[in-house]
Amino acid sequence: MKQTARIISIHAADTSGVCSMLYELGGMVVVHDASGCNSTYSTHDEPRWYRQDSMIYISALTETDAILGNDEKLIGDVVSAAKDLSPRFIALCGAPVPLLAGTDFRAIAAEIESRTGIPAFGLHTSGMNSYLAGAAEALEAAVSRFCTDALPRTNAPSANIIGATPLDFSIDGTVESMIGWLKKKAGFDLVSCMAMGSALDDIRRASAAHVNLVVSSCGIAAAELLKKRFGTPWVAGVPVGTSFPEKLASALKAAAKTGECALPCAERDASSHGKRLVIPGEMVFSGSLAAAIESDLGAPCRALCPLEADDRLLAPGDIRIFDEAAAEEAFAAASGVIADPMYAPVCPPNVPFHRLPHEAFSGRCFRKESLNLIDRSLPWRF
Amino acid sequence: MLKRLNGEDDMTGAEVAVRDAGFPAPFVSGLEYNAPARGPWNIVHTGMLIPESHQVFACAQGCLRGVILTAAEMLAMDRMSWISVDKNDLFDGSLERNIVDGTAEIIRKLPKKPRALLLFISCVHLFAGCDFEVIMSELRTMFPDIDFIDCYMNPTMRKSGLTPDQLMRRQLYAPFEPCPADRNAVNIIGNDRPTDESSELVRLVRAAGRELRDITQCRTYEDYRRMAKSALEITYLPTAKASGDALENRLGRKHLYLPLSYDFDEIERNLAQLAGALGIAAPDWTEAKQDAIRSLEQAKAVIGDTPVEIDYTATPRPVGLAALLAEHGFRVTRLYADVMIEEERPAFERLRALAPDLLLTATVHAKMRFAGKGVHERGDVIAIGQKAAYFSGTKHFVNIVSGGGMYGFDGVLRLARHMTEAATHEQDTETVIQRKGLGCRSCL
Repeated sequence: MKQTARIISIHAADTSGVCSMLYELGGMVVVHDASGCNSTYSTHDEPRWYRQDSMIYISALTETDAILGNDEKLIGDVVSAAKDLSPRFIALCGAPVPLLAGTDFRAIAAEIESRTGIPAFGLHTSGMNSYLAGAAEALEAAVSRFCTDALPRTNAPSANIIGATPLDFSIDGTVESMIGWLKKKAGFDLVSCMAMGSALDDIRRASAAHVNLVVSSCGIAAAELLKKRFGTPWVAGVPVGTSFPEKLASALKAAAKTGECALPCAERDASSHGKRLVIPGEMVFSGSLAAAIESDLGAPCRALCPLEADDRLLAPGDIRIFDEAAAEEAFAAASGVIADPMYAPVCPPNVPFHRLPHEAFSGRCFRKESLNLIDRSLPWRF
Repeated sequence: MLKRLNGEDDMTGAEVAVRDAGFPAPFVSGLEYNAPARGPWNIVHTGMLIPESHQVFACAQGCLRGVILTAAEMLAMDRMSWISVDKNDLFDGSLERNIVDGTAEIIRKLPKKPRALLLFISCVHLFAGCDFEVIMSELRTMFPDIDFIDCYMNPTMRKSGLTPDQLMRRQLYAPFEPCPADRNAVNIIGNDRPTDESSELVRLVRAAGRELRDITQCRTYEDYRRMAKSALEITYLPTAKASGDALENRLGRKHLYLPLSYDFDEIERNLAQLAGALGIAAPDWTEAKQDAIRSLEQAKAVIGDTPVEIDYTATPRPVGLAALLAEHGFRVTRLYADVMIEEERPAFERLRALAPDLLLTATVHAKMRFAGKGVHERGDVIAIGQKAAYFSGTKHFVNIVSGGGMYGFDGVLRLARHMTEAATHEQDTETVIQRKGLGCRSCL
């Protein structure tokens, strides 16, 4: 049954996506909710919480304030905290009860901005979509607000990485490896990494880049905006394995030259009959891994899509799986499964299961097992 | 990266000397920060105390995430299932049907039928006018051999009656039906860890020849069901009081609320009340009291003038504990509590007189984000509780939540020993306090 699961996990929600994407940018993020969202986010969805400060707060919404539409409480509290802490910007988002109450976050953000003079924006989260939706909207809003100047392109080839959060890439060195690969192997200087390891001022200079590398589907909206605003093309893919990074580097160079976007992660065909390895997850990563396994190891693959994803990210034969039963069915028909360990209980015993933790699914449970697959031999043999 | 207008150390609004503090709410509510101290139990941990039970949460994705990963981290995903709520469900009239059908499907897929099923709905269901009674009624008809327990994850209503934690502890005993009382049995209700055998409370029950039953000790569903027969219900945590009251009303049992206390007179009164209810003479507690005092003196000799900081997660009576320690010469410098409970008013007045400069510090105030470990590290501090350990940056702390199962004079004696132990041994604070549900299994 759709929306029901006996034993598997659920992906991080849109509110966590917002917080994760904006975490390092010096802004204040306020989730309009009673209490659970902040605790869930800071416990399970944010590995930087203990060691790296960030102004992520909850409004502590009460029943009375929700029913009476007491937005002034939220506005006053945010203004008061902003005066104490001087954030670079303020982002507001909501959980299910504000959705029901029809809270107008854009209007509230405008009011806060007028009272504080600090850029503020409202987002449309509801706690009912995945982290990808929240991260996408948050990054698009930040880019829209702060990447306004058409800077001259850098002399040397350069790129932004777009869509990096610990929810997809943990804190195991994967993002640092991608940055290293971009510079040393692909031949592009980094302008900014949105949004791990770069400050807001780096992101402000994004228009100086020749091309954008989208590493998660949550980066597409921001990449499209940069394309529209500055003509910067984007390429979707994660440089995993040994041969796929070469393909991705070529695509980046071609895009920088032609201005055309490309999706190497979806340049596959999984439509032919026969058993395949299946890889459920975020589609830029899963598609890239599928391509990498096919070229490095010769095993046919299929990406499974349990999350919101642009149709362009699905190759022919990839399957959308909306619930536990669909995952179970896809696993049963596969030659093997590469997935987060929390999918293991629905993998039939006769189908080999290869563990690949995804923080957006299992939180911190398997962080110690996380694998950095960037620009290196893959750890499996099929 | 961050610059505060009022300067690095301006904690105005987030802390106040106890002499100047209001009671019971010394701070203005505002945006809230969440400190990474995960030891206190949540409703998933508590619900798992019912043996052979299964939990189904019907909530929005964001709410599900936290409870599912709580179960995952305690290696209990085989006892946790979920039904997500979509926007359309709120408006198309399918809210109840989805929960009934989803729960039924989950039960049919389980390898073994649970004896009890805890079905949780959330704030959004209550706001949308979900008819939970119809859901429960239909499920009970479909699966008459399962005890269905209505449960609530509704933090939005936390100030409109019982908190989710209180509600959970009350619902924990909802399957208990009226039945003849077993006069030889006594329950401790609403705790999430066993009470020390050496405590005067347990010793009194044993001395009276009664069997002591506690959900934390139940291994089978039958053990749990047997608790319904006990003639006397004892609660001592404020969050459990509503559970005892509910059982008194529903089953006609006697309920004794004997609050966990650090006031020797109150401890003695509690024990006398218990002895009376058990029909035995109250023993002379002079020796127990002297032992507790000696233990405090020994701890003081080791700790000396090292500052002591206490937080509200360690015990429901942090003010009372601070007052006791101050009375015995400890240098209690800080107490972390966002609000205090009415029961603590006498202790609060005592503390004001004993240690007027002691700082009351909020834990959720927005400024506390920058008062945590690494920023305001104060080094030599003995902390009681995980939040005090986090905010002080110490490695010397007493790792307990909700009183830690310690009670009475013996509880004071044990706590003093734990403080001595904390003073002489370091812990890896970052690792220890980030594990969820102190005392539960953990995959971390």
